[in-house]
Amino acid sequence: MTLIFTFIQKAIGQGIAILFGATGEIITEKSGNLNLGVPGIMYMGGIAGLMGAFFYENSTENPIPIVGMIIAIICCLLASALGGLLYSFLTITLRVNQNVVGLSLTTFGTGFGNFFGGSISKLAGGVGQISVMTTASAFQAKIPGLSKIPVIGDLLFSYGFLTYIAIIISLCATFFITKTRAGLNLRAVGEDPATADAAGINVSKYKYIATVVGTSIAGLGGLYFVMEYLGGTWSNNGFGDRGWLAVALVILALWNPTNAIWGSLVFGGLYILYIYMPGLTRATQELCKMLPYVVTIIVLIITSRRNKPENQSPGSLGNAYFREER
Amino acid sequence: MGEVNAIELKGVTKRFGEVVANDNINMTLRKGEILSILGENGSGKTTLMNMLSGIYFPDEGQIFVNGEQVTIRSPKDAFSLGIGMIHQHFKLINILTAAENIILGLEGAPILKMDEVRKQVNDLTERYGFDLNPDQKIYDMSVSEKQTVEIMKVLYRGAEILILDEPTAVLTPQETEKLFAVLRNMRAAGKSIIIITHKLNEVLEISDRVAVLRKGTYVDTVETKDATVDSLTEMMVGEKVTLDIERTEPVSPKKRIEVRGVTVKNTEGVTVLKDASFTANSNEILGIAGIAGSGQKELLESIAGLQVMEHGEVLYFSPEGVTEKLSEKKPEEIRSLGVTLSFVPEDRLGMGLVGSMDLTDNMMLRSYKEGKSVFADRKQPRDLAEEIVEKLEVVTPGVDTPVSRLSGGNVQKILVGREIASQPNVLMVAYPVRGLDINSSYTIYNLLNEQKNKGVAVICVGEDLDVLLELCDKIMVLSAGEVVGIEDARTTTKEKLGLMMTGGHKGGKKHE
Repeated sequence: MTLIFTFIQKAIGQGIAILFGATGEIITEKSGNLNLGVPGIMYMGGIAGLMGAFFYENSTENPIPIVGMIIAIICCLLASALGGLLYSFLTITLRVNQNVVGLSLTTFGTGFGNFFGGSISKLAGGVGQISVMTTASAFQAKIPGLSKIPVIGDLLFSYGFLTYIAIIISLCATFFITKTRAGLNLRAVGEDPATADAAGINVSKYKYIATVVGTSIAGLGGLYFVMEYLGGTWSNNGFGDRGWLAVALVILALWNPTNAIWGSLVFGGLYILYIYMPGLTRATQELCKMLPYVVTIIVLIITSRRNKPENQSPGSLGNAYFREER
Repeated sequence: MGEVNAIELKGVTKRFGEVVANDNINMTLRKGEILSILGENGSGKTTLMNMLSGIYFPDEGQIFVNGEQVTIRSPKDAFSLGIGMIHQHFKLINILTAAENIILGLEGAPILKMDEVRKQVNDLTERYGFDLNPDQKIYDMSVSEKQTVEIMKVLYRGAEILILDEPTAVLTPQETEKLFAVLRNMRAAGKSIIIITHKLNEVLEISDRVAVLRKGTYVDTVETKDATVDSLTEMMVGEKVTLDIERTEPVSPKKRIEVRGVTVKNTEGVTVLKDASFTANSNEILGIAGIAGSGQKELLESIAGLQVMEHGEVLYFSPEGVTEKLSEKKPEEIRSLGVTLSFVPEDRLGMGLVGSMDLTDNMMLRSYKEGKSVFADRKQPRDLAEEIVEKLEVVTPGVDTPVSRLSGGNVQKILVGREIASQPNVLMVAYPVRGLDINSSYTIYNLLNEQKNKGVAVICVGEDLDVLLELCDKIMVLSAGEVVGIEDARTTTKEKLGLMMTGGHKGGKKHE
């Protein structure tokens, strides 16, 4: 019994970073921008938050956890928004191929994270491991009282605040996309920008804002991983391929952020399943790690057979928009 | 009566480069009437209306709306003046519902109140007698339902003047009746309506007055009750214009292509070509006349093997006396028999040429499979490109220039020139002079005549009846996918062809 609880707890811990990434990417893709730079953006968000906290903690005698936390969040949002802005400028204004820009951004972001991660580890001296314990404690703080309830407390209330924020953001994103005027316009832009343009919607503005907001949310996933999951430390390439899982989760969730919530739990669970499966060899472990991708492919096949257009990717996903020259 | 007109145009002129699309047009739309604008293809109907809806800006002239002079610079300006245009190509988002499409892009409360919208939409549908479920997704809708959404979009934004661009072109007769009932309701509610069409029977049925355009100029406006099919046709096609295209008598024509009962349905399941049968002879130019979209493209593509036919067959009689069944062959095999097609679509580049590739590469599109070597032969295509440039006087910096950089006329010369260079036995061209100036047009006419004299069976789809009358030996008329008849180009009249094209000669038949 306790093993299952631990498994679910760990799965949620794994899933939240992916959930942030997927929610951000869904908002971006709804505008017709396929941002494959999300894995890189998550590295950038993570390292920027860590650096902010590190320099804050090093500059004062008695760092206050909450101040470190705010600085970390601001730095994370700034870095990931800048990444999104760069992507937007290249793909929307200069109309560079979205896949090329996205993949380069991922390569760049990963390098950016590892470079600065290594650098500050060196600054921190010692064995090359940095730690921002104070700030991380603010991220890891559990809900007082509620987390003490047996079983339920462990299962539902034993996480840092970012976990709950991830879920709230996902729910809000669904509400925004389906129930607001701006959300309706956003869907129109991603589906058919020419029609949206004719209806008087500013296509470029929507694409820019959706992309930058999307990357900012995705960046929080990186921060969550560094602060809450790793407890304020850095290890190069430690984030692994979770960024790609976020991109896959967008498809699994059928471009609906609410679906991404349970989807992230499934992915998180599948991602660590190999630890809890008895009798796996090193080789079969690797096979087990492929499960999230296998599930994505199966979902893709099923949904394409059901063939419901609103569950498919946005109509003009991946295309730059040219207003027709008359 | 002293009442102000809904719209008044005074001396409106619009030019595209050298082409005058609208020349000094004076026209009025009275309040609460249905005005038909009638004219052949290319007579400038749509251009004129696009100036009212803010897509084009007039070069000269004034526009008055409700008695006041206005400047319409964008579709938004048109909307604020209460002018709404329903285009032939719908601008709708497939995955959204009708109601969502209707409010798309409008200002309002940040959080959508779909219940309210639904109620407003239902009110409108009730008032004008539409048939529309506001929660239906566009992808689940028929063409006529989509059109309803487009009209609702305009009404929801409070338009008082509605312009419909060929609204019946995509509708079945029953749906047309429904639309007309709605239009009458709107007229009763005081809306002013302009309907662009070239179907005479519909003009007579729905409108109060008819304005006729011919080749960019305004002919006249008449009361519908004083008009007849004959009088309207006469206004529409006008006097015959002499063009002096050299035409030789066909020398011993022989049957080359025989089309038997070909029927084609489009992707939506609508029959676009109905039981078409005819023959095309060598040493002759067969003209195909008809309103745009009457099945011309499908007919040519059926012969070239690019269309899936419902039934019917196409036979080819080679000069050597062998009979081949083209309808059972692949496009590639048909080409190798010497049956070629050059289709000039509206955007000119869409078919047959690749815009970003240079002249030589475009020649290679036809020849890259020749020869045994794994490397394609570039020398011959290059020579051919140079030859075409020289012979047809193509204006280009060189054969290494991407085709998309050339002007329209030059692109067309290359397209037609390449097809001719393959020494076809059957040459099919569609709209070969579309958008060309006079001199380039004559170059193309001469090319076609040259081919005819060489013994090629030429099939030419055209828009301009004057040209067809002087260029062709026979003219076949298509109307709504049916072959109406084949006329001798030397003896027939423009009025007769015009009547056949618009289906005016069988007015009642199509509607009941």
